[in-house]
Amino acid sequence: MAVMQRIKAVGAWLDERLQLGSTIAEVAEHPVPRSSASWWYIFGSATLVVLIMQIVTGICLATVYTPAANGAWESLIYLNYQQPLGWYIRALHGWGSNFMVALMLVHMVQVFLFGAHKYPRELTWVAGIVLLLCTLGMAFTGQVLRFDQDAYWGLGIGASIAGRSPLIGPKIVDLILGGPIIAGETLSRFFALHVFVIPGLLLAFVGLHLFLVLRLGINEWPMPGRIVTREKYRQQYKELVQRDGEPFFPFAAQKDIVFAGLIILSLVVVAAVMGPIGPGGQPDPTIIQTVPRPDFFFLWLFSVFALLPPWTETFLMLVGPPIAIGLLFAVPFLSGTGEKSWRARPFAVVIVTLILLAIGTLTWLGTYSPWSPQMEAWTEAPVPPDYLKGRTPLELQGAILIQYKQCRNCHSLGGQGGMRGPALGDTAARLTRDEIIRQIVQGGGNMPAYGKNLSPAEVNAIVAFLGTMHPANEPPARDSAKPAEPAASQ
Amino acid sequence: MAEQSNNDQAGSGELTSRRTFLLRVGIAINAVAVALFAIPILGYVLSPARKFVWLRWISLGPLTNFPENQTRLAEYVNPFRKPWDGETANIPCWVRHLSGGDFQVFAINCTHLGCPVRWFAESELFMCPCHGGAFYSDGRHASGPPPRPLYQYQHKIEAGQLWVRAGEMPTLGQPTA
Repeated sequence: MAVMQRIKAVGAWLDERLQLGSTIAEVAEHPVPRSSASWWYIFGSATLVVLIMQIVTGICLATVYTPAANGAWESLIYLNYQQPLGWYIRALHGWGSNFMVALMLVHMVQVFLFGAHKYPRELTWVAGIVLLLCTLGMAFTGQVLRFDQDAYWGLGIGASIAGRSPLIGPKIVDLILGGPIIAGETLSRFFALHVFVIPGLLLAFVGLHLFLVLRLGINEWPMPGRIVTREKYRQQYKELVQRDGEPFFPFAAQKDIVFAGLIILSLVVVAAVMGPIGPGGQPDPTIIQTVPRPDFFFLWLFSVFALLPPWTETFLMLVGPPIAIGLLFAVPFLSGTGEKSWRARPFAVVIVTLILLAIGTLTWLGTYSPWSPQMEAWTEAPVPPDYLKGRTPLELQGAILIQYKQCRNCHSLGGQGGMRGPALGDTAARLTRDEIIRQIVQGGGNMPAYGKNLSPAEVNAIVAFLGTMHPANEPPARDSAKPAEPAASQ
Repeated sequence: MAEQSNNDQAGSGELTSRRTFLLRVGIAINAVAVALFAIPILGYVLSPARKFVWLRWISLGPLTNFPENQTRLAEYVNPFRKPWDGETANIPCWVRHLSGGDFQVFAINCTHLGCPVRWFAESELFMCPCHGGAFYSDGRHASGPPPRPLYQYQHKIEAGQLWVRAGEMPTLGQPTA
C-alpha cells in the first residue's frame, strides 16, 4: 500500500508540472460513435504500430549499415551472418515494410468504401494520400539501400524513366543519381531520403492525420440513406456521439489493441521463419548475368512497362503518375457529400474492384514475366525426348539448331523455355511450311529476323523439325490454295 | 480639445509605427539571412546537374582484346569515379569488331529502361532480361518495347588501344553513351 501511495505521489508531482494527464485522458476518453468500435476500423492503428516498429528496427540497422557504395553490400552480408541478431532485425525491417504497405492499402480501401473521405474529413484523406506516397517512397528507397543488383538496375530503370522527360530529362537524371551515372553519391542521396527526408514528412503527416481524426471524430458506421450534407452533418455527428457514444478507450481501442498485438506477433513470426530479404548479388554492373526484378509492391509497374504499347509509353510514364496521384488527392472533392455506405455507391465498389483486379493481375504477371526471354533456357532446358522419337537425321539436326540458336529463350517446348513467343509444340498445326520459313527468315510480330544468321541448310533443318510439331490427332496445316496431298492409303 | 485629441491619435499612431518598424526590420534581416542560408544549400543539392556533358576519353584496352567479327564484353572505370564508389565504378560495354578497323561500341543499357543487355553470339542478338527487348548485332531494334537502337559510344583507335568517350549513363534524353 505504501508503494502504491508512493507511485501516486510521484505521478501527481509529475502531472502538476507536465500537465499531460488531462490531455491524455481527453484523447483516450473522447467519445466515439458506438458503431465505429468495429473490426473494420483496426487497420489504421495497425499501420501506425508497424511504422513504429520500422522506426525502431531502422535505427538499429543504421548503427551497422554502411551507407557508402563501397561498403553497403558487405555491411548487409555482415548483418546477415556476423552481427548478432542482425539477420533478425533485417528480417523485421524488410517484412515490416511489406506489412506496412499491405495494412495501409487495406485501411485505404476500407475508409474509401465507408465514405470516410467525405465532408468534413476531406483533408484527413489528403493527408492519408501523402502518407501513401511517403510509404511507397520508403519502399522504393529502402529497396535501393539494399544495395544489390536489383537495386542497381532498379535505379537504372528509374533514371531511364526520368530521362524521357522532355528538355530537362538529363538534368533530372543527374539529380536523381547525384551525378552522371549510378555511383557512390546515388546511394548517399537515397540514404538521406530514406532516413531523414521521407521519415520526417511521414511523421509530420501522421501527426496531422491523427490530429484530424481526433478533432473531427472517427467516421461513424455508414448506413445507406444517411446522406452527408455540409449544412447538417456536423450537428448530426455531435448528436450521434452524445446519444450513442462511448469513450474511445477502452471501448473502441480494445479491438485495435488486440489486432495490433496479432500483427506484431505475425510480423515477429514471419521475420523469424522467412529471414532477411536479400541482398542479392553485389551491385557490380559488370556482372551482367542478372535478371533485375523490383520488390513485390512494384511488380505491377514492372508489368505495365512491359505491356504498354511502345508508342504510348513515354507519354503514359510521364503523364500517368501525376494524373493518378492527382485523382487520388481529388477523391474527396469529387464526391465530398452524399451517400457514405458502399451499399449505396455501386460505382465506388466497381472502381475499387477494377483497380484491385488490375493491380493484382499485373502483379501476378510480374511474378513470372512471360515477356522476358529466359536467358538460360537454351542450355538448361533440353528438348523433351518425345519430340525426338522417330525423327529423321535432318529433323534431329533441326532440334539441335533450335537449342543452339537460342530459340528456346523465347519459345517453350514441353512447357520449358521462354514464353515471349508461342510454344513450339504445335507449330506445324498452326503454320504451313512456307509460313514457318517466312517467319524464321523475315521475323515479324515481335520475332527478330534470322535470315542473316542462318544458312539455307540450317533453315531447312529447323523447318523439317518444326514440320513434325503437331499433335498426333491434328494434321499439319496446309495451304488451302493447293490441292490436298493424296492420303497414304491411296 | 479637438486639437488635443488629434495629437493623441498622432501619438498612438507613431507608437504603432515604431512597433511595426522593428517587425519590418526583423522580417528584412531574416529575408536576407534565409536567402544567404538557402541559396548555397540549393546550389549544393542541385550541383550534380551543373555540368552539361559528363564525357571523357578512356581506354578499353589493346585492340588485340577484340578479335575481328566478334562482339565482346569490355569494362572501363568510370572516369568520374569517387574513391567510395566501390564496384559501381566499373562499367561494362559491348565491343563489336567488324572487319578491318571498324568498331561499334554499344552501351550496356537497354534503350527501353536501362537494364543490361546480353549478347548471344549463336543467334547474333542482344537480349534484355527485363521487358523483352532484343537488338540485332549492329544494334538495330529487333523486337520488344525499346524505342531506338542500342546507344553507341563515340570511339577512336590510338596507340594500339580502343578508346571510348564515356562517363554518363545514356538515356533517351541524353543518348551520349
